[in-house]
Amino acid sequence: MQTLKILAPCGILGYGFPEASFARGMAMEPDAIIVDAGSTDAGPHKLGAGVAIVSDAAMRRDLEIIIIAAASAGIPVLIGSAGGSGGRVHVEHTIAIVRQIIAARHLQDLPSAAVWADIPKDLIRRKQREGRIGPLGRTVPELTEERLDKTVSVVAQMGHEPFERALRQGYRLIVGGRAYDPSPFAAFCAYRGFPLAYGYHIGKILECAALCAVPGTTKDCMLGTVREDGFTVEPLSGQRSCTPLSVAAHTFYEKEHPYLLHGPGITMDLQDCRFTQLEGGKVLVTGSRLLQSVPYTVKLEGALPKAYRTFVIAGVRDPLMIAGLPQIEKEAEAQVRAYYQSIYPDGDYRIHFYHYGMDAVLGAAEPEKGLPHEVGLLFEVIAASQEQADAVCASLRSTLLHYGYEGRRSTAGNLAFPFAPSDVSFGPVYEFSVYHLMALEGREPVELFPVEPISWR
Amino acid sequence: MAQESLYDLAKVIRSKNSGPFQITLDVLFDDEQLYHYVKDCGVITPDRVASLYGFPPERIQNIVFFDTALGIKITFDREISSGTSGDRDVYGAQQHIPLASLRVDMDAFRHLHT
Repeated sequence: MQTLKILAPCGILGYGFPEASFARGMAMEPDAIIVDAGSTDAGPHKLGAGVAIVSDAAMRRDLEIIIIAAASAGIPVLIGSAGGSGGRVHVEHTIAIVRQIIAARHLQDLPSAAVWADIPKDLIRRKQREGRIGPLGRTVPELTEERLDKTVSVVAQMGHEPFERALRQGYRLIVGGRAYDPSPFAAFCAYRGFPLAYGYHIGKILECAALCAVPGTTKDCMLGTVREDGFTVEPLSGQRSCTPLSVAAHTFYEKEHPYLLHGPGITMDLQDCRFTQLEGGKVLVTGSRLLQSVPYTVKLEGALPKAYRTFVIAGVRDPLMIAGLPQIEKEAEAQVRAYYQSIYPDGDYRIHFYHYGMDAVLGAAEPEKGLPHEVGLLFEVIAASQEQADAVCASLRSTLLHYGYEGRRSTAGNLAFPFAPSDVSFGPVYEFSVYHLMALEGREPVELFPVEPISWR
Repeated sequence: MAQESLYDLAKVIRSKNSGPFQITLDVLFDDEQLYHYVKDCGVITPDRVASLYGFPPERIQNIVFFDTALGIKITFDREISSGTSGDRDVYGAQQHIPLASLRVDMDAFRHLHT
């Protein structure tokens, strides 16, 4: 039986993996190494500010092991959503790190390409006029011209097609921009003539690496083997194994539906999948189905800078202060607002208090209503400029520190600051401004994501 | 009446972003009989879940039972999108507690399976 073996080193490039697991995977002679680097979980800041999820040192460590092993075995490496958010700046950042490795190891002849996922705003405007863009969710704000204008940049999650094209053009190191997480895996299956349905489903599992194993982790390697009748997944550490339940349950992870998964131009229907235990902690998956979506839609992502933040963390231990917190905060805020009336007459700033130990995590949904002996107090000022946020937060901090609330006994100070300085000037706060589906036509699923050769010389 | 919390009955009970505008709750079991009991006793409904979280049932997009994986998935709209000002949980990773506090009457289960 013909098979296709894919080594998935880790759940996010730069999360790390044990070298022993990776070596075990390489000894099984994989046909490709594929790794997803992306996530929106960390919020809109990475996309908006153009920064990576992982440190340069961590990315370099993982890339070095992967690139050297793949070059020596003569197999391709595919990276999806490079740099985390997969925008131009993120992909370029990843390429700069790869360049150092290529130079140090004299691998300049490795045929390499970038696949860009940036979507020009003019195209978005045209598609909006044509009614081909809609919000992905009932609470996604309308994409007005003003919000689109403020949005730093927009990426789209590509399907398997642009990666497949890069493979067909002979590239063996492919640094992809924003992609649907399973796309590079699906692309490799399509390129080698295996069913796309297995490619997307195995990609959905392997993009998180060993998260589907027991014990699960994104920081260990997995081997996926695609066959004509389905595929198998197996952990590459003796400390883990896959079970039918652990692999079946993985499709639940961070998706809105447990067995209908929507991607670019496709929907995976995994309702009738069968999961069979094989030896060595390996699980066989059969019955994955893939439906083509009409029209072909891609998910757009974009973030805009919304405001600036300054915050303070302080401990509160005095029981009277804890019991009176909401009222004390209200009075302190009123004093600060009165003071700044003449300086910032429009009062266009917001103050939020969070009470760790009480209800900071769940807010109004917190079922426990009792008072703790200690509270971690976090307060922030959100304003139109950093200078304004800093100024208001400093006044709020000093007001709260010395506030003479009703019945106060601890008259020397109300807050225990863990750090000096106490105020953290945070910088811009971003917001997801684009989280929309855009309908494509014709060759757009390939052509919106250009493949560009990278010269290492 | 013997009741147990969903937290004690489930093998996995968790929350996570499903994109920046929604949070999804997963309840996974490792016991087929227990999964079917919780599913069939009808305690997990949009009204019940919404009341635990103190929001209107319309915020819930879906509740899906997936027998193959012995799991229940509940997806609802966030009030504030992930990581912008006012959000309390950027990854949505600790929003499972109100659901975990749901009490399930276990008398009928014991009657059926002992």
